[in-house]
Amino acid sequence: MNYILSITLWLPVAAAVILLFFPKTAASAIKGFGLLASLATFVASLGILNGFHEGVAGLQLTESLAWIPQWGIRYALGVDGISLWLILLTTLLTPVVFLSSWNTIHKHPKEYVIAFLIMEAAMIGVFVASDLLLFYVFFELTLLPMYLVIGVWGGANRIYAAIKFFLFTIAGSLLMLLGIIYLAFAHFHDTGVLTFTITELYGTTLAPHAQVLLFFAFALAFAIKVPLFPLHTWLPDAHVEAPTGGSIILAGVMLKMGTYGFLRFVLPFFPDATAKYAGLLIALAVIGIVYGALVAWVQPDMKKLVAYSSVSHLGFCVLGIFALNQTSIEGSILQMVNHGLSTGALFLCVGVIYERRHTRLLADYGGLAKTMPVFATFFIIAMLSSVGLPGLNGFIGEFLILAGSFQTWPRATIVAATGVILAAIYLLWLIQRVFFGPITKEENKNVREIAWNEVVALVPLVVLMVWIGVRPNVFLRKMTPSVQQLLQIVHKTDAGKAMIAGVGRRVSGVGDQNRPHEAMLRPPTPDPRLPLSGGVR
Amino acid sequence: MNWNDMIYILPEVILTIGASAMLLVPVTGGRGAKLSAKWMMIILLAITAGALIYCSHAVENIDQSRQLQAMFALDGFSIFFKLLFIGAIAMLVMLSEDFLAEGKYSPWEYYSLLGFALCGMMFMASGVHLITIYIGLELLSLSSYILAGFYKSELKSTEAAMKYFILGAVSSAILLYGISLIYGVCGSLNLLDIAAAMSTIVTNDALMFGIMLLGAGLCFKIAAVPFHVWTPDVYEGAPTPIAAFLSTGSKAAAFAIFARIFYTGLHDFHLEWNYVLATISALSMIIGNLAAITQDNVKRMLGYSSIAHAGYVLLGVISLNALGLRGILMYSVVYVFANLGIWATVLMLRRHQYAGERVDDFEGLSRRSPLWAFAMVIFLLSLGGIPPTAGFIGKYFLFAAAVQAGFGWLAVIAVLMSAVSMFYYLRLVVAMYLREGVEAEFAITTPLRIVAGICLVVTLALGIVPSSLIDQAVLSSSHVAAHAALTPHAGR
Repeated sequence: MNYILSITLWLPVAAAVILLFFPKTAASAIKGFGLLASLATFVASLGILNGFHEGVAGLQLTESLAWIPQWGIRYALGVDGISLWLILLTTLLTPVVFLSSWNTIHKHPKEYVIAFLIMEAAMIGVFVASDLLLFYVFFELTLLPMYLVIGVWGGANRIYAAIKFFLFTIAGSLLMLLGIIYLAFAHFHDTGVLTFTITELYGTTLAPHAQVLLFFAFALAFAIKVPLFPLHTWLPDAHVEAPTGGSIILAGVMLKMGTYGFLRFVLPFFPDATAKYAGLLIALAVIGIVYGALVAWVQPDMKKLVAYSSVSHLGFCVLGIFALNQTSIEGSILQMVNHGLSTGALFLCVGVIYERRHTRLLADYGGLAKTMPVFATFFIIAMLSSVGLPGLNGFIGEFLILAGSFQTWPRATIVAATGVILAAIYLLWLIQRVFFGPITKEENKNVREIAWNEVVALVPLVVLMVWIGVRPNVFLRKMTPSVQQLLQIVHKTDAGKAMIAGVGRRVSGVGDQNRPHEAMLRPPTPDPRLPLSGGVR
Repeated sequence: MNWNDMIYILPEVILTIGASAMLLVPVTGGRGAKLSAKWMMIILLAITAGALIYCSHAVENIDQSRQLQAMFALDGFSIFFKLLFIGAIAMLVMLSEDFLAEGKYSPWEYYSLLGFALCGMMFMASGVHLITIYIGLELLSLSSYILAGFYKSELKSTEAAMKYFILGAVSSAILLYGISLIYGVCGSLNLLDIAAAMSTIVTNDALMFGIMLLGAGLCFKIAAVPFHVWTPDVYEGAPTPIAAFLSTGSKAAAFAIFARIFYTGLHDFHLEWNYVLATISALSMIIGNLAAITQDNVKRMLGYSSIAHAGYVLLGVISLNALGLRGILMYSVVYVFANLGIWATVLMLRRHQYAGERVDDFEGLSRRSPLWAFAMVIFLLSLGGIPPTAGFIGKYFLFAAAVQAGFGWLAVIAVLMSAVSMFYYLRLVVAMYLREGVEAEFAITTPLRIVAGICLVVTLALGIVPSSLIDQAVLSSSHVAAHAALTPHAGR
C-alpha cells in the first residue's frame, strides 16, 4: 500500500502543529518554515504524479481505513484523472501564497501561516477523499481558515465579507449533508450495506423525484461554491476584502471545489436528473459568463474586475461539465487548472501594485509599464493567458470547452463564445489603463519594481501557462480514461441515451464524428481536437 | 421491597444523605471553611459515581424485584445519563468556585441545593413510572428555583427566580393533570403498562388530552416554543453558574425523560403526536435561532440558542427510531460539553463588579489568550454542528434519524436553521478574532482552565474518533429501544 496521499494530506497539518511552538515574534522563521512545509508538500504531491498510472480510469493510490465503523464511514483516499491536477494546483499555489505575502503580512504572521497550512490540507482532503462523509468534513473544514483569513487580514469591510462568505457556503453544504444521508440510506435500503464510499454509491438506484431533490441539494452546494449566477454575490465581496493570498487560494482552488463536486458527485450519482436539468445549469452558466464579463467591464476597481472575470471563467467550466462529452469535460478540467494559474497570477499582480500604491482604482494608474517593466511583462502574460491567447493555457481550455459543448448545445455555446470576446475587451482595457499611456499621476513615477519574492512566485505560474499552452496533451492524457469512465456512468442510463439521441437530431448538420457518444467511444487519439486554426474564435 | 432492592437506589441515597449533611454544616458552626465545601461536594460526587458504577454491576447478579423495577430502572439508558449528570455537576462545582469566593452567599447551601438537584435528575433518568419521574422533576425544579434566585439582594436574580417559579409551577400542574388523565384511561402509571394499555386503545379523547398536557409540561421543561418565553430572562438574571446548570444538566435531564416517556410509554400513539411535536420542533428551531441573532447579551443569546437546541433534540423524539434515540443520548453529551465550555468562558470574562457577558466583552480574546479563544471557536462550531467537532456527530445522528423516519422537511428546516445559528455563533468569533478590543484584565483561574480543557478535549475527541461513544450510546439505548420495539438500525 502506498501512503503518498496521506503524506501529502497530513504534511501541512504536521507543519501547522509544529508552528504552534514557534515564538510569536520570530516572523521570518515562521514564514520560512511555512514556505518550506508547503514546498515539501508540493514535492510530496509530485510523488502522487509519479505514482499515477496514465491508462487507468478508476481511483488510484487508494488508501482505506475504518473511521466510524458503525456508520460505514471510512478514511478512504484515492486519486484519478479528474482530481490529479487539482491536487497539484493546490500544492503549487500554497507556496506561491507564502512567497507573495513574504513582505506584506505583518499582523499575526504565525496565525496567517497556520491558517493557510490547515486550509491547504483541507483542500487536498477535498480532492483526495473517496468517502462521501470524509469529503464533507474536508469541504466544511476549508471554511473556517478562509473565514479567518478574510476576516483578520482583509480590507476595511472584511467582517461583512467574511460572514457572507461563510453563511452562503454553509447554507448550501448543510443541505448537501442531508442529501448525503439520504443517498446513503437509499443505498442501504437497496443493498443492506451502509456505506459512504463513493464508488459503491455510484450504482444506487433512486426514485425519480428523490433523484431530482438530491440533485438540487448537491448542485446548490456546488453552485454556491463555483459560484454560479445568481449565487455569486458573495464572491466579489470576499475577493475585494480578502488579502492577496486569500484571493489567490479562493479563486485558484476553492472555487474549483464546486466544479470538482459537480464532476465527482452530481454527474455520476444522479445521471437522470443531470440529463434532465443540464439545460438549466448550462443556461445559468452562460448567463454567468456574459453577465460576469459585462460587470467586469465596468468595474473601476481592479480586484473586483478580476473577481467578476472569475464568475465568467468558471461559467465556462460549468458549461463544459454539463455539455457532457469527452472534449468539453476534459477542457473543463484543464480550464479549472488554467483559471487557477492565470487568475492566481492576476490576483498576485493586483496585490503587488496595491502594496505599493494602496489603491486598486484603475483611474489612479496609467503608464506603469515605464516604471515597472518587469512587472508589466508578468501582468500582461497572466492577462493574455486569462483572455485565451493561442499558445497560452487559457486558449486550450476554452477552445476544448466550446468545441465540445457546440456538439450538444450549439446555441448556448454561441452565446458563451461572446464571453471570450468580452474577456479580451475588459482585460485589454485594464492593461491599457494601468500600464500604457502617459503617466498622469505623480505617485506613479517612482513605483518600486517587483521584488525577488514576487518574481519567484510568478515564474512557475508563467512557465506552466506556456507549458500547458504548448503541450496540453501532457496534461490531457492523464484525464482521458477517467473522463471516459465518468461519461460511461452518466450515459449508461436510458435518459442519458435519449438525451444523446435528441441532441443528435438537433445538430443534424454536424457529422457523425462529432456526436458525443461516439467521441466518447473513440480511443484517445493525440490531437484531432486541437486544430489550431478555424475554431470558434 | 427488601434490602436487596436498596442497591438500585444506593447512589441516590448516598447523595441525599451527603447533600443533607452539607446543609447542616453551617448550622453546626462550620460556615467559616469555604474551600472545604467545594471539596466535600467533589468527594460526594465521586462517591456517588463510584456507587453508581458498583450498583450497575451488582444488580446484574441479584434477584430483581418486580416492585422496584416498576418504579425505577437501573438500565444502560439511566446510567449513561446519570454519569453525564454527575460529570456536568462536577464541572459546575468547579465553575462556581470563584463566584462563591466573593463570600456574600453560603457555599454550603449552594452546593447542597446542587446535590438535591442532581438527585432529582438521577431519579428522572431512572424513572419508568410517571410518579417517579414527576417527583424527580419537582426535586430538580424546586432546587433550581432557589438557585436561580440565589443572589437574594439582586433584582434581576429575584425576578428570574420568580418568573421561573411561577411558570414552572404552572407547567408542573399541567404535567400532573396530563399524568392523571393518562392514569384514568390506562389504569397504570408505569410506562410499560401504559404502552400495553395503549396498544389496545384505538382512540380516546381523554387520553389524547392527557398526552397533550403531558407533552406541554415536558416542552416547558426543555424550553421548546411556545413554552420558551422564560428562558432568556431566567438565563440572564440567574447567577451565571446557575444559568450554565439550567442550560446543560437540567436540560439534559429533561431530554432524558422526554425520550423515556415517548419511546417507552407513548410510542403506540406516534401518529397522533408526531406532527404536533414536529411543529413544535420546527418553531423552536426557527424562533430560537432567529431571536438569538439580535441578542447582545451572551447569556440571552445562549438562552435562545438552547431553545433552538431543544428543537434539534425533538427531531430524535419525533423520528421514533433507533437512530433517533441514540441521537438524543449523543446530542445530550455533545451539547452539555460544548455549552459548559462556553459558560466557562463567560465566567472567565466576569470581573469584579462587572458581568462580562456582552458580546463586546469577547473582543480581542484571541490576542489575550489564544488557546482559550481557539477552544471557544471549537465549542461554537460544535454547537453549530460543523465537523470535525462533536456537534457534527450529534447533528448527523438527529438529521439521519429524521430523514430515515420520513421527516425530510423537518431536517431541511433543521439544517437551514443550523446555518442561521452560525451567524450568531460567528458574532462571537468575530469579536474574539476580528476586532481589536480593549486591554481588560481578566483572571483565568485553574478550575476554569480545567473545565474548559475537559470540554475542549471531549468536544474534539468525540468529533474525530466518535466510535466509542457511539458504541456506548447503542448499548445504553438498547433497553429503551427494545421497549419501543424499534427495528435496529443498520449501523449495528
